[in-house]
Amino acid sequence: MSATFVGMPAFPKAAREALSDTQLRRNLAHATGTIRAKRAAVVGEVDDWEELRLAGAAIKDNVLRHLDEHLLRLEKSLTDRGATVHWARDAAEACEIVASIARQHAVDEVVKVKSMATQEIGLNEALAAQGITAWETDLAELIVQLGDDLPSHILVPAIHRNRAEIREIFRSRMAAAGRPAPDDLSDRPAELAGAARLHLREKFLRARMAVSGANFAVAESGTLVVVESEGNGRMCLTLPEVLVSVVGIEKIVPTWSDLDVFLQLLPRSSTGERMNPYTSTWSGSTEGQEAHVVLLDNGRTRALADEVGRQALRCIRCSACLNVCPVYERTGGHAYGSVYPGPIGAILNPLLRGTGVDEQTDSLPYASSLCGACFDACPVRIDIPEVLVHLRAKVVDAHRSSPKAEAVAMKSASWVLADARRLNWAERGMGLAGRVLNRVGRKVMPGGRRALGRLPWPGSLWSNARDVPAPPVESFRSWWRREGRR
Amino acid sequence: MSAREEILGRVRSALASADRSETPVPRGYRSSVPSGDVVELFAERLVDYRAELTRCTPDTLPEALASALGPSEAVLVPDGFPWAVPGAVPDTGQSAAELDRLDAVVTLAALAIATTGTIVLDHGPGQGRRAVSLVPDRHVCVLRTDQIVPGVPQAVAALSPGHPQTWISGPSATSDIELNRVEGVHGPRTLHVLLVSS
Repeated sequence: MSATFVGMPAFPKAAREALSDTQLRRNLAHATGTIRAKRAAVVGEVDDWEELRLAGAAIKDNVLRHLDEHLLRLEKSLTDRGATVHWARDAAEACEIVASIARQHAVDEVVKVKSMATQEIGLNEALAAQGITAWETDLAELIVQLGDDLPSHILVPAIHRNRAEIREIFRSRMAAAGRPAPDDLSDRPAELAGAARLHLREKFLRARMAVSGANFAVAESGTLVVVESEGNGRMCLTLPEVLVSVVGIEKIVPTWSDLDVFLQLLPRSSTGERMNPYTSTWSGSTEGQEAHVVLLDNGRTRALADEVGRQALRCIRCSACLNVCPVYERTGGHAYGSVYPGPIGAILNPLLRGTGVDEQTDSLPYASSLCGACFDACPVRIDIPEVLVHLRAKVVDAHRSSPKAEAVAMKSASWVLADARRLNWAERGMGLAGRVLNRVGRKVMPGGRRALGRLPWPGSLWSNARDVPAPPVESFRSWWRREGRR
Repeated sequence: MSAREEILGRVRSALASADRSETPVPRGYRSSVPSGDVVELFAERLVDYRAELTRCTPDTLPEALASALGPSEAVLVPDGFPWAVPGAVPDTGQSAAELDRLDAVVTLAALAIATTGTIVLDHGPGQGRRAVSLVPDRHVCVLRTDQIVPGVPQAVAALSPGHPQTWISGPSATSDIELNRVEGVHGPRTLHVLLVSS
């Protein structure tokens, strides 16, 4: 299990490769189309949906503005209820805390509830390096883990796989990880789920330690909430003697009663259901279980410091923005090079890691057409297009010392446009070029103008994915001089 | 500096120039309730999740219970469950592996939510610890009609975070394979609710 996002190419290159994979595009179009329709139907049932969105956004904003106080309150209520609270500045520190708890209890395997935070910090790989095996128990995560693959969606990590591919993964890989798949396994979803049930039940029944995340952490009562469908979460949360929950510091809601907003927003936005099959809540140590909570920063305070970007910390990881995104639907999640793909990933990754640090992260704010569908779908009203534009500016600022071709072109354009005489000469030149190019252009665009072929570098960066219209044979100003005075 | 102090310090410096005023939270959603009969709505939404539903009276409950349990031989019955159950096995703190060998479990619930078809267990008397409604393959839950609240806000208001809770909407399910819904993954493959008119 060695697949990793580290060293992924920047978005444009990764996207180009993904676009040429027709199987992937077919799987994704089917899956996102299905979930969009389901979500629209159940959101339509709720009369006060818009008010719920406003309430969700307001509650989270209030938490973020006083995050220090809420963190201290959460720590106290958890400790009062018998949990041990740990703080982790970064991924390495969080992984070491989990590993040291495992060592104290002499366990060499843990069962895991699907959790974005533990994926973000690379917990499975860090535990493996210490000889501790982490078993993913969510069906989609199991498919990804057994296939030595990477997750491509926040909610349905194996969305890029179809049933035939899943059957093949189960048949070839399950035996090495425990109970093998049945010999006569078909590709019917019910049979595939049945095979996973048998395979994982052995692990649930013997596990002594589990690792989870949390969808919400209530500061007032020290309550953690895990929302899921399959029961694997309940298995991990209730059966083992030791439970470690890795919780991002932005997961806080102030009071128990505030959950009434999020338990309506989350299921309808994520799986398109009125309610997910299982929700578990627990406050501190319950039923004799040893409970640990790791409060994780790992870049969240960096995002908090960004006045425009701060709103991304409202995210409840529902993935509605992925399912409506025309870019995600065509490229899939791997192209984003992170466990957080899609529109939210395009802003969350640069906010958590910083801009100007690596090329891959810097490419993400451009992985969007700014169509705004993500903002409409977001249950906590994160204005993703606004943050994308803001981050593009930050990426540009971070690269000021080495101007790109685009910046040079803009600078010369501004020199030309600043003076009427210069513009006049430029327009004449363009008109001349237009007469020639309109004759040689091979493709006719709607409206009758010809399109040019691929431009030489650096223009090719633009023309590889777009038609460049041939310049008009006459400029507007010369047309106006000729016709406008009549 | 400890991680705790450093993270709190980073939060404070991130917010040093922030507007810290509170945004008002609109709460009109709390007073909106579904129109119509909440019991009927609950029944419809529960069945929509492919849970089984039997409606009965206090008098016909024993019969309905026997029928819902079917051929189950070993049925775990938590402390405080008020009716006699055929094949009853008391909860003596069985291990997960021992629970796995039982056929079914019967429980009460704390309340139920009409708009979502959800039953909520807060693991009080008659509901058992969290594992008992999870490991056996058939879960039979006895619910009174007066325990049904209209929506999620009313449920959250009536429940206390001091008790661990399990919210259950239909049997265990997954949509991870091509987004086809499949009932029955790790939790009970059958959820049967006996709705007792009160």
